[in-house]
Amino acid sequence: MNARVVYRNARLLDPATGLDQQADLLTDGETIADFGPGLFSGSLPEGAEVVDLAGLCLAPGLVDIRVLIGEPGEEEKDTIKSASRAAAAGGITAMALLPNTSPVLDEVAGLEFVARRAREVKLVKVFAYAAATRGTNGNEITEMGLLARAGAVAFTDGTKAIASAKTMRRALGYAKTFDKLIVQHPEEPSLASGGMMNSGEIATRLGLVGIPREAEIIMIERDLRLVELTGGRLHFAHVTTGESVELIRRAKARGLRVTCDTAPHYFALTETDVGDYRTYAKVAPPLRGEMDRRAIVEGLADGTIDAIASDHVPQDQDQKRLPFAQAACGVIGLETLFPLVLELVHKGKMPLLKALACVTSKPAGILDLPVGRIAKGGPADLVAFDVDTPWQIDVTRFQSKSKNSPFENRPVQGRPLRTIVDGRTVWQAEG
Amino acid sequence: MSANPSPDTVFPHRHLLGIEGLRAGEITQILDLADGYVEQNRRPVKKSSLLDGRTQVNLFFENSTRTRTSFELAGKRLGADVINMSTDSSSVKKGETLIDTAMTLNAMHLDALVVRHADSGAVKLLADKVNCSVINAGDGHHEHPTQALLDALAIRRRLGRLDGLIVAICGDILHSRVARSNIHLLNAMGARVRCVAPPTLLPSQIERLGVEVHHSMKTGLRDADVVMMLRLQTERMSGQYVPSTREYFYFYGLDYEKLELAKPDAVIMHPGPMNRGVEIDSEVADDLKRSMILDQVELGVAVRMAVLDLLTRERRQSDNAGAAR
Repeated sequence: MNARVVYRNARLLDPATGLDQQADLLTDGETIADFGPGLFSGSLPEGAEVVDLAGLCLAPGLVDIRVLIGEPGEEEKDTIKSASRAAAAGGITAMALLPNTSPVLDEVAGLEFVARRAREVKLVKVFAYAAATRGTNGNEITEMGLLARAGAVAFTDGTKAIASAKTMRRALGYAKTFDKLIVQHPEEPSLASGGMMNSGEIATRLGLVGIPREAEIIMIERDLRLVELTGGRLHFAHVTTGESVELIRRAKARGLRVTCDTAPHYFALTETDVGDYRTYAKVAPPLRGEMDRRAIVEGLADGTIDAIASDHVPQDQDQKRLPFAQAACGVIGLETLFPLVLELVHKGKMPLLKALACVTSKPAGILDLPVGRIAKGGPADLVAFDVDTPWQIDVTRFQSKSKNSPFENRPVQGRPLRTIVDGRTVWQAEG
Repeated sequence: MSANPSPDTVFPHRHLLGIEGLRAGEITQILDLADGYVEQNRRPVKKSSLLDGRTQVNLFFENSTRTRTSFELAGKRLGADVINMSTDSSSVKKGETLIDTAMTLNAMHLDALVVRHADSGAVKLLADKVNCSVINAGDGHHEHPTQALLDALAIRRRLGRLDGLIVAICGDILHSRVARSNIHLLNAMGARVRCVAPPTLLPSQIERLGVEVHHSMKTGLRDADVVMMLRLQTERMSGQYVPSTREYFYFYGLDYEKLELAKPDAVIMHPGPMNRGVEIDSEVADDLKRSMILDQVELGVAVRMAVLDLLTRERRQSDNAGAAR
């Protein structure tokens, strides 16, 4: 018999339907059997475990569509196991892995390896992108049809931009055959290469090589033309500038099939956080100025930016305790995604349901994943969380193998307390 | 010039990593002290015993002859034991090496560490880990504070002041730590700074550092009191930043014709080593009435002595107090 669990006295939140009410929810095995207010006012279902949430929020588990881990190839940074644990502790029930592993995920065997490891670890749901070009070489497109059959959720060269317009045109066109999405890292490499941080006064003072905002803007402008030319579907990862948001806003108004996301560091930090050569604030694309940060918040508020992804990029100490020029890019994000999204709510930038949509139903929708919502018969992937309790980010308590977070010691509010995947509690806060 | 500073006045910084953030009074304190060391260096016997028994290491991750020699001489003239460690860039293992180096140096109980590194911020990274005073002898494109101090000393000794002077810094400002340090110093001292270069050799938003930007030597040098030329690295001359040496010299090389636009008694500076015929005409460079290039070398030693003196003062005073007890 399936395990049944009743979650009582929850503030049930479902961004996909706009549901926000006091209710109970019953899971039966891997699925949600029923939910509603006063569901069990009479008698509780026999043999069910009862969890009294005492007014805590219960929402679909977070769906993080941009996660890089080191398996296969750089297991010292993060493995599928350590990242799954980190995700579970962060309230994330599904994550999509970038193909920039070693070897690159550009073959069916690679996807099968990831799927097998995820089954063995069996914590959160693990999806994988496949590379758009072989070895992310930027020239030859991969076997998209076969890779899609093997489970590739979309095609991307991950942390590398698809630089050639010709390749991008072919990738968009060919992926359309299978109605698959292309995901772009929008940064023109000929402008960005050698760069270390956002171009401008701070880079000039620090004597660091700058990357102009135009590197991103130009790539987005170009790719929008190619979407128009091919009729393909394109998603821009981690947009960081006001112009990027404006371009995508207009493209959507014209009916182009484009979406985009951003990462918490682009709405929670700026280039001033580089401070005195803090390598933990070195990311690609670089942190921008305050005006851009505000434009990103606005883009989220008006819905132009569809989703928020952690853009989790683990780097060990050896890659970060270096002169800024030599340090690797990236920040870990699985365990800070939730509180930083809630920060937007506490600052009054977005209502709770809308903010949650950016990390649940909307990213799931972008990749056509059957998760991210509360539905009868749907997967019981849930997170119970507290919205208000203040705490301070403490990287030493993180599950991720790497500790490269620029958010260390940041005061935040609200945190996940229980993470449920396919009806099983995979993580629970201490105490 | 202010009165002679007391040798007991403590300098409120442990390291000299840059000019940015120094107050005018602190800069003046260094320059005044350096004036005294110029006199010491001109005496037949130049050595004093101020840093007797102290250890100074010059750690150069980037090749340099003149700066290293200048620091070496400065330390020796103050009586310190000076050791040169240079690591040519090929053998520098990236990563932990810099931190490891810091740990190794700590075990040697140094009093002063002079560092040059090709990466901006690398000297600060090291300074955060070592337990002695650190002097930045140039980090990437960031700062080269003792160069700016010696330039200021040279100007002050020749023209009598810094306040109100028009200083034109010309050439490869994009890659120049000398330019950045000079901009901060001259601004702090009330000079008017101009940056003269083609846009390809100017860093983004340089005007935010409080300088006037000129793309033409004609407007840039007009009425200037000081013309500071910067070295253009050979690898940057052939099509990447400027099309050719010839074209660069035609528009930005300093010759008598362009110098005519500056004030009649304007002086010329260059941090060296010069590319004759690229950024500066040989005749101009060798004009002893206008060129301060050799003064710069002489004053460099004095300025570095002053910096070593100031940064080790607190430590020497507390050691002496401990010995007296």
